[in-house]
Amino acid sequence: MTELADPFVPVPYRVGRVRRETHDITTLELAPVTGERPDYQPGQFNMLYVFGIGEVAISVSGDPAASGSYVHTVRDVGVVSGAIARLGAGATLGLRGPYGTPWPVEAAEGNDVVFVAGGLGLAPLRPAIYHVLARREQYGRVVILYGTRSPSDILFRHEVERWRRRLDLEVLVTVDRADADWRGDVGVVPRLIARAGFDPHSSVGMVCGPEVMMRFTANALSAAGVGSERIYLSMERNMKCAIGLCGHCQFGPDFVCKDGPVMRYDRIADIMTVREI
Amino acid sequence: MEGLERIVLAHAFFAGFEEELGPVVSGCARNHRFNPGQYLAHEGDPANEFFLIRHGKVALEILPPGQTPIVFSTEGEGDIVGTSWLVPPYRWRFDARAVELTRAIGIDARCLRDKCEADPRLGYEMMKRIVPIIVGRLDDTRMQILDVYGKGRK
Amino acid sequence: MTEVDPPMGKQAILSLDGLRTLIEALARLGYQVLGPTVRDGAIVYDEVARLADLPTGWTDQQDAGRYRLERRSDNALFGYAVGPQSWRRFLQQPVQRMWQAQRTADGFTVVAAEDVTPKFAFLGVRACEIHAIAIQDKVFVQGPYIDTDYQRRRRDNFIVAVNCGQAGGTCFCVSTNTGPKVDAGYDLALTELIDGNGHRFLIETGSAAGARLLSELPHDAAASEDLAAAAAVVARTAGSMGRKLDTDGLKQLLQSNPTHPRWDDVADRCLACANCTMVCPTCFCTTVEDHTDLTGQTAERVRRWDSCFTADYSYIHGGSVRPETKSRYRQWITHKLASWIDQFGTSGCVGCGRCMTWCPVGIDITVEAAAIRATSTLPQEADHGGA
Repeated sequence: MTELADPFVPVPYRVGRVRRETHDITTLELAPVTGERPDYQPGQFNMLYVFGIGEVAISVSGDPAASGSYVHTVRDVGVVSGAIARLGAGATLGLRGPYGTPWPVEAAEGNDVVFVAGGLGLAPLRPAIYHVLARREQYGRVVILYGTRSPSDILFRHEVERWRRRLDLEVLVTVDRADADWRGDVGVVPRLIARAGFDPHSSVGMVCGPEVMMRFTANALSAAGVGSERIYLSMERNMKCAIGLCGHCQFGPDFVCKDGPVMRYDRIADIMTVREI
Repeated sequence: MEGLERIVLAHAFFAGFEEELGPVVSGCARNHRFNPGQYLAHEGDPANEFFLIRHGKVALEILPPGQTPIVFSTEGEGDIVGTSWLVPPYRWRFDARAVELTRAIGIDARCLRDKCEADPRLGYEMMKRIVPIIVGRLDDTRMQILDVYGKGRK
Repeated sequence: MTEVDPPMGKQAILSLDGLRTLIEALARLGYQVLGPTVRDGAIVYDEVARLADLPTGWTDQQDAGRYRLERRSDNALFGYAVGPQSWRRFLQQPVQRMWQAQRTADGFTVVAAEDVTPKFAFLGVRACEIHAIAIQDKVFVQGPYIDTDYQRRRRDNFIVAVNCGQAGGTCFCVSTNTGPKVDAGYDLALTELIDGNGHRFLIETGSAAGARLLSELPHDAAASEDLAAAAAVVARTAGSMGRKLDTDGLKQLLQSNPTHPRWDDVADRCLACANCTMVCPTCFCTTVEDHTDLTGQTAERVRRWDSCFTADYSYIHGGSVRPETKSRYRQWITHKLASWIDQFGTSGCVGCGRCMTWCPVGIDITVEAAAIRATSTLPQEADHGGA
């Protein structure tokens, strides 16, 4: 598709495969009704429109190298996301994008990489994980730390288990609480940092999850010796236009839609602790 | 005894511990092995020992009546299990169950408390190591209470 | 008589009748001529066709939370400062239909809205307003994404600027370096002169289009007296600003005082009514609404002006990031005077004073900035409860 679409006007996409991940999280594959899916980078997002209901910003959760469809993992937390999560194959969605500043997967080459995901945060990180795994020899040690509420909330569980079996990846999973039949770790995700094997002075940290979890995690990575300029978070704010023209997503002086969502921790560390900024 | 002392001092908890205090502490220590499913302690038991986990995994859990036990934390290699021995009435406040085959050093609480009373320097060295662990667990617990992966209030 | 004049900087004298001809010429050229007119006790911008449409003989008394029109003792056409509206309402539509979606057998199609865009001529644009338009240009047409509707409405604008004959009670364009003299961004500029030599305008060209139009209007040469009189008008206006804003280090000051106790003070007064954002010539926030018709077959998206003072503005799943008036006021003033510089290279404030005049409780942006400056060097004390 060579013509530049009007960034305000959604393009129709068709829902392909739908997969229920957990009780309230669904993954959908979306292919354009006409033309090709644009290229995108890990960490970018699309604005997904449900006819007559509204639009919401959702990160792409698929493999940027796989052509054809966008993959989006959506949690039912509101009117629009709930409507998206309940769509079936063949339904039509409107889509605008891709937008946003991506994960620094290229800048991280030559370094150890520590992915820290909390809950649904694994979805926006997954494209970066795919990118790194596809170029595994360009990176040092690669660590994936994942925390979520309980064992039944583990996202992409089969995939996480596959990653865990690889010899060139360290994967640690923890949950906030569990039943006695859970044989894995129980505790918060920052606790996994001390156990993981990476060189803090030449690591890049990519963190995604609820903002409180990212704050605790960024602190823990800093305490472990990773410089703030080497830690990246994926931020979230109210979005309407997604192209820096409506003002809603401002976070201090930054627009989360274009200066983010991936933002370097040294830039935002101070402002993150200001109430209601 | 020397072998045990070496094992005790090798544990992450005693990193930087003064060598001459080694025999004092290991004098209260003994080796343990727990099979999967075996309990290190039950809620309400006298907290006679605390454990340095050498390897394996221990689940800390509470059983609300009418429900299945809820695991709120797991401790592994390099961690400790048990802080109730520091605070009267010295009783375990939860169950501690080995999830995997677990080897641990048990340190006799009464023995160590008496020695700390007698030697404040030993007592302070123990405090310096225990307090950060407790503070860290408090922070972790607060994060767990926030239920950050839940849907949020309002 | 019509030599080849330089497009910029030619000066001449235009009579009242000449001004009438100017308006008619613009209309003949196909422009929708918009200018100041009196309505509902205020001077607003609307279509003007004749001199009589202009607020002849009116002036305004403005102060924080106060706006009154009063009769002048002379018949000046532009003897007032700015009213509640700015040219923004023509360039960024308050309500804009963006597109329509139509259900089909296997999904839906989307059709962008086609608006007929008029060609605008703005009559009576003040220096602060020219700067405000330039500021909005930076936001809407000079970023990575272009607001095509603004771009269309902005294209082919004909700007007849006016050098203010008097400063308003809440004006501080001298502090923000945005007036009172217009220096660029116009096609023609007028300075109204009423003295012993009559009621006339010094007219200056600012573009080739302006020069072309002037050459079709009856005009006289400008004498040195006229130039001196015009300069005196500008100097008098510059010397009688209603307010002052100390902009020295203001960005750093605001961005490093997010927990200053003054924010609690303002929050006690601010009603979060959003008036300031509605009258501000540079505010640009919008929201979107998605509607369907009763059959559910047709949907549309409408974009309209929004304000960071609304409760929902910062809503993310579960609640608003800024539920308190305090944080919303802080967001607005910090954005306007500080973050704007990070985002667009200049302050977002042009010193027009509208936010003060139209604030129902008279919050004064210059007073708030000064209050924070006055006490920000004190060591931060613990919050006295609240938030």
